[in-house]
Amino acid sequence: MLALIAAHLVVAGLLPLVSARSTRAAFGVAAVLPAAALLWALAGAGPALAGGIDETTAWSPALGLELSFRLDALALAMIVLVSGIGAVILAYCIGYFRPAAPEATRSAAWLLAFAGAMLGLVLADDLLTLYVFWEITSIASFLLVGQGGERKEERRAAVQALFVTVFGGLAMLLGFVLLGEAAGTYRISEILADPPRGGAVTAALLLILLGAFTKSAQLPFHPWLPAAMVAPTPVSAYLHAASMVKAGVYLVARLSPAFADLAVWTVPVLVAGVATMLVGGWRALSATDLKRLLAFGTVSQLGFLMVLFGAGGRVAAMAGIAMLLAHGMFKATLFLIVGAVDHATGTRDVRELSGVGRALPGLAVAAALAAASMAGLPPLIGFVGKEAAFEAFLHGSVENWAVAAGLLLGSVLTVAYSARFLWGAFARKPGRDATSAHGLGPALTVPIWLCAVAGPVLGIATPIVDAEASSYAAALPGDPGYHLALWHGFGLPLLFSAVAVAGGLALHAARDRLAPAAGLSPLDAQRAYEKTLSGIARLAVGVTGRLQVGSLPSYLSTIMVMFVLLPGVAAVLAGAWPTSAPLYHDLIQVPLAIVVVISALAVTRTRRRFTAVLLVGVIGYGVGGLFIVDGAPDLALAQFLVETLSLVAFVFVLRRLPPHFTETRPSRRVRVPKAMLGAVAGFAVAVFALVLSAARSEPATTSAELARLTPEAGATNVISAILVDFRALDTVGEIGVLFVAAAGVASLVLATRYDRQRRAVPAEDGEGPPRQEEDVLG
Amino acid sequence: MTAPEDKPFEEWDRPRQGWMLSGDCRGHRQRTLLLEMTTRALFPTVLVFSLYLLLVGHYGPGGGFAAGLVAGLAFVLRYIAGGSDAAVRLRPPVLIGLGLTVALLTALAPTVVGAPVLATTKLALDVPLIGHVETQTSVFLDVGVYLLIVGVVLDLLRSLGAGIERDMREAGETPS
Repeated sequence: MLALIAAHLVVAGLLPLVSARSTRAAFGVAAVLPAAALLWALAGAGPALAGGIDETTAWSPALGLELSFRLDALALAMIVLVSGIGAVILAYCIGYFRPAAPEATRSAAWLLAFAGAMLGLVLADDLLTLYVFWEITSIASFLLVGQGGERKEERRAAVQALFVTVFGGLAMLLGFVLLGEAAGTYRISEILADPPRGGAVTAALLLILLGAFTKSAQLPFHPWLPAAMVAPTPVSAYLHAASMVKAGVYLVARLSPAFADLAVWTVPVLVAGVATMLVGGWRALSATDLKRLLAFGTVSQLGFLMVLFGAGGRVAAMAGIAMLLAHGMFKATLFLIVGAVDHATGTRDVRELSGVGRALPGLAVAAALAAASMAGLPPLIGFVGKEAAFEAFLHGSVENWAVAAGLLLGSVLTVAYSARFLWGAFARKPGRDATSAHGLGPALTVPIWLCAVAGPVLGIATPIVDAEASSYAAALPGDPGYHLALWHGFGLPLLFSAVAVAGGLALHAARDRLAPAAGLSPLDAQRAYEKTLSGIARLAVGVTGRLQVGSLPSYLSTIMVMFVLLPGVAAVLAGAWPTSAPLYHDLIQVPLAIVVVISALAVTRTRRRFTAVLLVGVIGYGVGGLFIVDGAPDLALAQFLVETLSLVAFVFVLRRLPPHFTETRPSRRVRVPKAMLGAVAGFAVAVFALVLSAARSEPATTSAELARLTPEAGATNVISAILVDFRALDTVGEIGVLFVAAAGVASLVLATRYDRQRRAVPAEDGEGPPRQEEDVLG
Repeated sequence: MTAPEDKPFEEWDRPRQGWMLSGDCRGHRQRTLLLEMTTRALFPTVLVFSLYLLLVGHYGPGGGFAAGLVAGLAFVLRYIAGGSDAAVRLRPPVLIGLGLTVALLTALAPTVVGAPVLATTKLALDVPLIGHVETQTSVFLDVGVYLLIVGVVLDLLRSLGAGIERDMREAGETPS
């Protein structure tokens, strides 16, 4: 399994090479791997449904990290969506994207990488493995929605999707850690076999649900999904309808068998799910953009799926599997159809499209099939799922009946927006000329039909879905005799289905009065998101403005005061004075120390910058001399070299600075506190040095050890052995820091001149790479 | 060499060792001939010395950091004597990146043979004419540090040296 996932990612990395020759070929190549993954999963369906296929690769045994994967019934259902629909959509891309369009190159590689990550997500049997793939899908979504980032709405939607899903993802990671620690294992199958309980688990589950809700666009996090519709249609179809947004639902489905008996798990899921189903369906009724309509429909359906998987009953879970498959199929079909309509007419606005059904009858039939499955009409798979869903909740407690009522209302809305979709896309609207549409090639229509016929095929082949669903739901409590079927006889579920269809059609008939009302909403989650963001930004500006005042003296005094207060006071109170502290142990130290002290005093008196720089240099060289006296030639060499270089750098900078620090001599009131603070800080450093030199209670074993080991490192110089062998990792880290510092200095000095210039002359247009970038890169 | 009399001076006596000191001279008021001549002699010498420091690091004072600084100071001298450089086009970011890459590859290379990250081993070669040469693989880490430090110093020269000089020219000030 790992090899299959890795193959996705590797081929995705190489795909730009193919795209450079032909983007169509790139999509063709990209479609092969998901298709292979689907075939592989179907070939393993027997053992997968019987119990599951495990695969574990130790990654870092010392840290207990491993990459474990498991193919079971739920994973199999998700792979049908992830890889099956993925392959179809990648094939659709061949006809959808203009050849050599920049978004085609980008999308091909990222769609395939996403397919790999999503495959990893659904196969992962380890919480941390799952988390890694989860975040990769978020990043892929960000890049696919943002595309080139040239349009403002692309950037905004991409950032919103990323913020919301990554916020949830981080919460989920916390939850995973809590859960893994409580259970003593991060293996999902082991947690499911022996679910932990306790306060930590409660917190963990809430955090995990936060992750699932953000990813699956549940209330109140849903607005990112409609906003993400700025992405190219195949991307929306794949990520934001068929697969990625189902990750949250998948996670709930994965963990439900272990935690569905806890109110902390079921109550949030049921409440959020039903609310999301209703709000999504209601908002879909006012959408005029076909993609937004479908996006709100997806939000609604995701709420539905959450309810089914979170409820923790056997029948509900079976309905969930059926609806999961059904939704993936019909929603992908509908999105691909919107893409085709857009392609043929140049618009996807309900108010502009008219009479497309007559121009593109084949497309209209495919759309009708998919919409019928969405609305829950027999003999399609959507009907099977909805029947089972009603059946699951039409028993027992008041809560169950309340959920059933919510689902019925949601289904009414679903039928209404299904009808609205068909009407909006294909119907001939009175008083409006038929939209001109050109014909569509097989590259677009064949994938659409492949997805569209899945609805009736799966409906007729319900026993296969039933085997799949029973295998998943086996662990859950509930009527063990129930099976998914097209016909259960007359009963409440059938009545509910009929009411849903009739109510939905009635709602659609009243669309002229309803649509304006559906557009109004007292609470706008999108506005809440924007308010939160601007609030955080304001807070950040406020904090930064107060802490970063831009005055070097105030920064320095903050550092010095803290130094004197914390380590300084601690050293005086708790430190032991050295028993023997000779003033000097080599006569040459005396003149060196005198030079250093005199220079240090002189620095404080000087008013010319150049003099100060030279005096600081003298101090540095003097300290270097002390190093030589104490027998540290390596240290002295480095000290001299760094001192020289900093002297040169200072002199370079001084060319642009006035010769004196201040024009006039600062007043006594400023100088005296500064001098006192400086003196105290200096004194504290001296005390610190003395106390620390006496703090050693044991002989310096490490030094002896290092000296002993030096020949083993092939060196006779212990400093070098430390730098490149014993502490080589530190060295690598330090040069990394140096790299960052150098890049920072170059950017600050070289790039700010363009800011100054821009202030002088009007801003240049944004064409071409900015000159400052060229400058900084050399 | 052809007869110099009938040709202008620049054609027959243009300095050819551009890499020692850029021939691009600033206004004659800023030139110090003494410094230029010294730099021509010192620049290659200091570079060789920096290589010596790089290689001797295992056995005495030196190592990649000190050697890189020495080499960087050679370039500083060259800048002070000859102004910003057109003859030697070393792009500091490339050098820094190269150094970082060399260091990281050195760090990761031992994992290929199953050793832990940053493990070192002895290299012994019998080079004709020179004889038996021994060193450690960790010298490559030092080489990475060396390249990176040279790049950092060159970056400093580029931003604080030539960059400020250009700013002053644009602001209409004469470099002092």
